[in-house]
Amino acid sequence: MDTAHSPYAPPTDADVREEIIGTVRRFVANEVAPVAAGLEREDRFPAEIVAQMRELGLFGITIPEAYGGLGLDLLTYIGVIEELAYGWMSLTGIINTHTMVATLLMAHGTDEQKQRWLPVLAAGEQRGALSLSEPDAGSDTRNISCKAQRDGDEYVVNGTKAWVTNGERAGLVALAARTEEGISAFIVEKEPGPAFEGISVSKHVGKLGYKGVETVEMAYVDHRVPAANLIGEPGRGLPQILGVLEVGRINIASRAVGVARAAFDAALAYAQERVTMGKPIAEHQAIQLKLADMATRLEAARLLTRNAAERKMAGLRCDVEAGMAKLFASETAMELATEAMRIHGGMGYTTDMPVERYYRDAPLMIIGEGTNEIQRLVIARGLLARARGQAS
Amino acid sequence: MNVVVCVKQIPDPADPGALDPTTKTLKRDGKLILDESDSYGVEMALQLVTAAGGGEVTLVSMAPNGEVSGLRTALAMGAAKAILVSDDALAGSDALGTAKVLAKAIERVEGADLILTATESSDGYTGTVPEQVAGLLDLPSVTFAKHIEVDGSTVKVQRQTEAGYDDVECPLPAVVSVTAGVVEPRYPSFKGIMAAKSKPVDTLTVADLGLDASQVGWAGAGQEIVSIEEAPAREAGEVIEDDGTAFEKIVAYLDNLKVL
Ligand SMILES: Cc1cc2nc3c(=O)[nH]c(=O)nc-3n(C[C@H](O)[C@H](O)[C@H](O)COP(=O)(O)OP(=O)(O)OC[C@H]3O[C@@H](n4cnc5c(N)ncnc54)[C@H](O)[C@@H]3O)c2cc1C
Ligand SMILES: Cc1cc2nc3c(=O)[nH]c(=O)nc-3n(C[C@H](O)[C@H](O)[C@H](O)COP(=O)(O)OP(=O)(O)OC[C@H]3O[C@@H](n4cnc5c(N)ncnc54)[C@H](O)[C@@H]3O)c2cc1C
Repeated sequence: MDTAHSPYAPPTDADVREEIIGTVRRFVANEVAPVAAGLEREDRFPAEIVAQMRELGLFGITIPEAYGGLGLDLLTYIGVIEELAYGWMSLTGIINTHTMVATLLMAHGTDEQKQRWLPVLAAGEQRGALSLSEPDAGSDTRNISCKAQRDGDEYVVNGTKAWVTNGERAGLVALAARTEEGISAFIVEKEPGPAFEGISVSKHVGKLGYKGVETVEMAYVDHRVPAANLIGEPGRGLPQILGVLEVGRINIASRAVGVARAAFDAALAYAQERVTMGKPIAEHQAIQLKLADMATRLEAARLLTRNAAERKMAGLRCDVEAGMAKLFASETAMELATEAMRIHGGMGYTTDMPVERYYRDAPLMIIGEGTNEIQRLVIARGLLARARGQAS
Repeated sequence: MNVVVCVKQIPDPADPGALDPTTKTLKRDGKLILDESDSYGVEMALQLVTAAGGGEVTLVSMAPNGEVSGLRTALAMGAAKAILVSDDALAGSDALGTAKVLAKAIERVEGADLILTATESSDGYTGTVPEQVAGLLDLPSVTFAKHIEVDGSTVKVQRQTEAGYDDVECPLPAVVSVTAGVVEPRYPSFKGIMAAKSKPVDTLTVADLGLDASQVGWAGAGQEIVSIEEAPAREAGEVIEDDGTAFEKIVAYLDNLKVL
């Protein structure tokens, strides 16, 4: 059995799960909601919030207790992600690449590699970034050109990676690079900061939304990685990382649910306050139709996401389900952000209200972790494989 | 140093509350959560125990239906154990009945140096239970604490007043009620939440406490709720157009309310 598909963690006690998600909800309402708009406008890294997230234990949610984590299940994880995204989507990006690195290690690391890095990640002592994309290899992952040349018991890395979220502040980067055998996965250890031993941040990407967390281009010039940092089998890096992206897609889906829920709640509240033609706009049928459609889509998105997580937890294939959840939930976030803006009228377009932020944050989810076009290809491929009775 | 904290578990204030038309009291059949007012007492207790370099925090609560959700939250923050009193005979308890139950439960905690409560609960807010508990236990009572320090067998309290605060000292053990300003409650860590699940909660009945059912609940209540009415809808405010004399009108208005 492919270990990436193996049961993730034993199910978490339902009361514990509820209490954890409730705590994050409270944390977000008190500590994130009041400052999110300001931080995002200044595009400032939320250092204080991240420190608190670390104290709560957010960086080790899914890492097994044996490796210093909490060993909580995917349903707890997606509940936490939804709550964070409800307050500020950027916070989930800080957790996501980190969890991807941990997931890659859990699925394909040797015991020694797990012992070495998982506890550090679980405690949030080092933050993780996932570096797959390149300027000419986004959807086209096979086009990766960054090279890792074997030299004794080291690899020498040269090339440029694009779109590395958390790249500058990360201490551990899961890197996809080309070796003799094909594309391989490595853990690059670096000091957080703009430059370290041949690695440099060559560009900070300016973004429509998803502010406060850095997305950077990173150049590698003769950077040496110990051969012991190669993860899994040489040449199998791509399927390994893409397997991990299943959890990434479930993460994106729950982020999208969080943003969609925030947009819906804002719209529902505003519709009851704003009076036109002598009554609250929520009493106008045109607005009611919107609210009904929004709530229905939101519920469907949440259920699809939950279903994908439950399948993953049960050790079942969930390529199709994770793809569907990511596709539908992200389109839902886009649509609900737009509808929330319409319901807010002119106010929705102002920076006095959070709706414009949801409107700018939502599109990331239709692009990141595989565009929605690619998502459809993944879904169709999975469906056809299942129809042919294949396991892939 | 051992600290007991009285924590009330209340209906979630985020969900609109409902009154039971027959008993005329708040419906408490759904899930109850930790009264936020009590999270300050829990935090204060944890900090005092840490400062003392040893001891533990014990929670005491009276709640219907064996409710432990709110206790679990406080246990997750770091309290060591809890006593819950839950009994159908407690339905209809007034503040004094509640105080009798809490006092009996507190007596069971060995070596309690200090008992903390909130100034008033968020749902009942009579603000009388702390003093009643102190009276029943024959302990000194200090109210409205905005700062607490323990020095040997003395507790030093800054007691919030309208004008500022009083410095109060009193021997331990004592009952002290805290305000929301006393400390900033921590969020329970996920690890704490997981650990709370296996911390001991001793669930007791009225009989276990050696109380007679006639002293508590509807039977023992000295108060009766005769009727309940909807709060009147907020009336429209008065609009003053500024023609250059608005400030005079506002001053006159406030003067009339005797707030100046
Ligand atoms: C803010 C942000 C953060 C990111 N963070 C990370 C990160 O941390 N780590 C990381 O590795 N990557 C990251 N990415 C990269 C992201 O995964 C890619 O942008 C994404 O996969 C799309 O690749 P591309 O940009 O090269 O688009 P392209 O692949 O050039 O796609 C352009 C268009 O063509 C479509 N298309 C491409 N190929 C096909 C096909 N075969 N069939 C049909 N349609 C096709 C696409 O759907 C899209 O509409 C991030 C991106 C953004 C915007
Ligand atoms: C008609 C009626 C019916 C009731 N029915 C029930 C019932 O069915 N079951 C039941 O358990 N209670 C019941 N109660 C008790 C009630 O909920 C309050 O606990 C009690 O009246 C205390 O009043 P208060 O909330 O105004 O306390 P306050 O004096 O405002 O509280 C001050 C502080 O005392 C402590 N405290 C108060 N109450 C409790 C408590 N229950 N447990 C732990 N600490 C506490 C807290 O620290 C609190 O912040 C009933 C009360 C009435 C009047």
